[in-house]
Amino acid sequence: MASLIARSPLAGQAPLVLGRLRLAEGRPGPITSLARLKDRPLDALLEAAGLSFPAPNSMVSTETHRLVWTGRDQAFLFGPPLEGLGAACAATDQSDGWASLLLEGPGAEEALMRLVPLDLRLTAFPQGRTARAPLNHMQAILMRTGPEAFTVLVFRSMAQSAWHEIGTAMRSLAARAAIG
Amino acid sequence: MRIDGKGLVDRSTRIDFRFDGQALTGFEGDTLASALLANGVKLVGRSFKYHRPRGILTAGSEEPSALVEILEGNQQTPNVRATVQELHEGLVARSQNRWPSLKYDLLAVNDLAAPFLSAGFYYKTFMWPRAFWESLYEPMIRRAAGLGSLSGQHDDAAYEKAYAFCDLLVIGAGPTGLMAALTAARAGADVILADEDARMGGRLLAETAPLDGGPAVDWVERVLAELRSMPNVRLMTRTAVTSVHDDGTYGALERVGLHLAPAADLPRECFWRIVARQAVLAAGALERPIAFANNDRPGVMTASAIRTYLNRYGVAPGRKVTLFANNDEARRTARDLIAAGVSVAAIIDSRPDAAPEDGCRVIAGGTVTDTRGRHALSQISVSHPGGSLTLDTDCLGISGGWNPTLHLTCHLNGRPTWDAGLAAFVPTPGAVPGLIPAGGAKGLFSTAACLADGRRAAVEALGALDLTAPEMALPEAEDAAYTLHPLWAVPGKGRAWLDFANDVTVKDVELAAQESFRSVEHMKRYTTQGMAPDQGKNSNVGALAVLADTTGRGIPETGTTTFRPPFSPVSIAAMGAGGRAEGFAPQRFTTSHRPTVERGAPMIEAGLWYRPSYFPKPGETTWREACDREVRMVRGCVGVSDVSTLGKIDIQGADAARFLDLVYTNTFSTLPVGRVRYGLMLREDGHVLDDGTTARLGEQHYLMTTTTAAAGLVMRHLDFVQQAFCKGWDVRTISVTEAWAQFAIAGPKARALLNSLLDAPLSDFPFMACGAVSVHGTPARLFRISFSGEEGYELAVPARYGEALFRDLVNRAETLGGGPYGMEALNVLRIEKGFITHAEIHGRTTAFDIGMEGMVSAKKDCIGKAAAQRPGLVGPAREQLVGLRPLGDQAPTAGAHLFTLGEEGEARDRSGLCHLGLLVADAGPLAGAGLPAQRPRPQGRDGAAGRPSARHRHPLRGHPSGCA
Repeated sequence: MASLIARSPLAGQAPLVLGRLRLAEGRPGPITSLARLKDRPLDALLEAAGLSFPAPNSMVSTETHRLVWTGRDQAFLFGPPLEGLGAACAATDQSDGWASLLLEGPGAEEALMRLVPLDLRLTAFPQGRTARAPLNHMQAILMRTGPEAFTVLVFRSMAQSAWHEIGTAMRSLAARAAIG
Repeated sequence: MRIDGKGLVDRSTRIDFRFDGQALTGFEGDTLASALLANGVKLVGRSFKYHRPRGILTAGSEEPSALVEILEGNQQTPNVRATVQELHEGLVARSQNRWPSLKYDLLAVNDLAAPFLSAGFYYKTFMWPRAFWESLYEPMIRRAAGLGSLSGQHDDAAYEKAYAFCDLLVIGAGPTGLMAALTAARAGADVILADEDARMGGRLLAETAPLDGGPAVDWVERVLAELRSMPNVRLMTRTAVTSVHDDGTYGALERVGLHLAPAADLPRECFWRIVARQAVLAAGALERPIAFANNDRPGVMTASAIRTYLNRYGVAPGRKVTLFANNDEARRTARDLIAAGVSVAAIIDSRPDAAPEDGCRVIAGGTVTDTRGRHALSQISVSHPGGSLTLDTDCLGISGGWNPTLHLTCHLNGRPTWDAGLAAFVPTPGAVPGLIPAGGAKGLFSTAACLADGRRAAVEALGALDLTAPEMALPEAEDAAYTLHPLWAVPGKGRAWLDFANDVTVKDVELAAQESFRSVEHMKRYTTQGMAPDQGKNSNVGALAVLADTTGRGIPETGTTTFRPPFSPVSIAAMGAGGRAEGFAPQRFTTSHRPTVERGAPMIEAGLWYRPSYFPKPGETTWREACDREVRMVRGCVGVSDVSTLGKIDIQGADAARFLDLVYTNTFSTLPVGRVRYGLMLREDGHVLDDGTTARLGEQHYLMTTTTAAAGLVMRHLDFVQQAFCKGWDVRTISVTEAWAQFAIAGPKARALLNSLLDAPLSDFPFMACGAVSVHGTPARLFRISFSGEEGYELAVPARYGEALFRDLVNRAETLGGGPYGMEALNVLRIEKGFITHAEIHGRTTAFDIGMEGMVSAKKDCIGKAAAQRPGLVGPAREQLVGLRPLGDQAPTAGAHLFTLGEEGEARDRSGLCHLGLLVADAGPLAGAGLPAQRPRPQGRDGAAGRPSARHRHPLRGHPSGCA
């Protein structure tokens, strides 16, 4: 039988390495949105998986899953869909709706703070912090995944614009570094 | 003229540059202004209105006169202040506002016409004939007046925008700012120290008084070295804080690459938004000139600027310098000049009791009454209690006292306070919450006072930040008293300049008052004082003092005009960094973008999306040919179109049905599972918000489709309705637009095409059905809806498979004789069948206007229902959307007007009310030609359904798909 070839939002895009910063497309895997519904056993189901509904601007992680706050009473589950989730809340498959961009290296926040109007310095935006924030004119989900690592999710259709914007910020920083 | 052994410039690094074609040399650390003075260039530009020869007045960002054009590549940057532009190898500068050359400027004739060019002359002279204003006078004035010019090319250089955050922002790195930053940094605060200069130190770089027992520069370097070593400090040189906004947000402009030859990716400028919990304004003070006849001649400059050029750049701006002051400040200049071996002709001190000065003649109670010299100063006239005299001099330093640089404290609409002792405005305490003025910016003018106040301000800020200030001793510094006797303008004949940048003289201000423009705001607008690039920094206080004098009021009563942002010029390119051309907005690409472009389809923007206009075939020369072919293809065979751009909103919960009944005019709670219904949505004001289909995927699960343009709008609307009116309802909404790639498959062979790739052939799948299917093993969703009027389906797969499915669909369609179709064909198809888009529901139409009032259910309430019944929103006075079809072969021209049959000769109906009858073109080849038109019959159905939909009774009605 024929099969459809899957393409990621930034398929074919080689990582961009400038100085000590590296931008690459991420492979977030399955993403499921969940929102509470009345009298549905969401908390019990999450608890069984070692998770809990995250507080605003934060995430809850296990070895297999990461549950990220994404809005009012809404969170995105990264990882294999939990059994019974569809009955336990309002769940939608968001896996294909987002492009994931990984920015890593010392000073990664300097590049992002050219586009995101938030204090992303480690002291203010530590590992495990997340935010819904504009990336220039794009709606984004921002996650601090390491002391020098961010994951940025934007709408799939805007992947190229996001890549261009972050790349431009990186090039600008590299050019600044070159003049000392 | 360089003075050996003086200055902080690096004499070992020579820099070649050009000014007006002349090859000149300067040193590393020079500004264009200091290098020009070192080369003996005094004539730098022509004035705005009278084209008077102008030189360099100041040594800072407040410079009103020395404005030049910088040329690099195809860049031409006008109005660059020579006092700010740093010298770099290969710098090319050009004087502006002159023709044919700086020395022989033909428009200098304006100066002879000065008696006619006084304040308000435009208004008086060019009043009539009225029609001449736009066609003749304005272009003429614009050419004659004005400053630099642009290249006319796109500015495709790199610019940058960025955000920064800190506990304490210190604005200005002079003694006050350095002390404040050091105190706060040692206390552990996150500090940003910003200074507009390339080198930090402020006046300490320009003065000779010792500090901490040694040269002030050494102390500056020690402090900077400590600050640099601290991880909690960020030093931002070349960064002017230009504006204050709410909640401790400051705008700042950094000159990133303007001091260097252009380099790839290096931004010229960066526009910063700095968010600070506390800020210290340590911006210092600006020395103000005194108005006297012909005080604008090249060679006349502020006394402090002479010290800056001498002590910082090692340049003597003249060989025989004279000073004119109403305070002791000018004496420092005289002492420094004499110590450097430069001759000082005299100090003309306007105070009758002025003390004598060692080694220099002092003319007590004297004033300068006139100057002479064609392109540069050569002689001045002096009046004093004993008579008058003339002095030969090539440089005159003036000091009318100092104005604190308090501009930022007024950006939230605060007004400064008049300090009679200083004869200056000082910041009003608390004018900007969290912004603490200190040092010179507060009216403290000795180094010792500034250091102490910088520390005080830091302690205050640290208190607000819950940090403790460390013990620190203040370095020993000069603590001279500041006394002056106000002198704003020397009386006499001749024009005495207040605003050098905009050519405003004392007489202009007096004339304004005489002609009843006595309010300071009126005076400003009548004379244009303070409206040039320097925004009145050099002239504001002087002009209002003259106005106060003329109107017999005090300065506090006269008040001051508003200091608005930006403090110094900010290029639009920096504020709009990255926003040029495609950077203006994000680009949204569908999953079928690559195969579509590969087929040569011209892309058009729809919202932010790029969609194919049409898919050209070999031999087709116009879009119409391709469009017509694609329409015939869909009507006769099968066409494929990407409709992924339509908004898709997933709605779940026990109250989902109830929620849809509230937001749609029609009912969705009765929709069976596995079926789709067309819906109309109103805004709260009763006008149509959007339309589209919603499918019921499960008992408590719906999938709403919106139009492409309104996807975000509808999402926001649903969120609003839910939060505002549906408290406690069990319903959740989320966008799934991007998760699915969705393709319309339309035409008589649509089902054949579908069945060729579905894993199980379609059996019973009626019009407006929906359900799960499988495509090559991939789970998909199928909807039987049509926006073309033909038998139509929309097939949705997870977006990762979008490109593959599109390629497969198109290939299969082509083997059946069909193919892809673009937006042009899509529009023709839907118009032929009378389906609406946002071209019709453009925000001013009601359900009544588009003939859909029957879709507003009488059985239930919905958002906008009550408002839609307001008088004026229904009835015969409303525009009506109707479909028209020309009889015969002639096509109506866009914009054609309509007549009632039999009234062809009557006035054309421009009210917008459409009458059936004759289509008549307004212009073009069909002008005047009657074109019989007919109102078409309803066509609403899926081509295969075989009967008109019972719901659709209007000639233009909702289509059972989500629109374009």
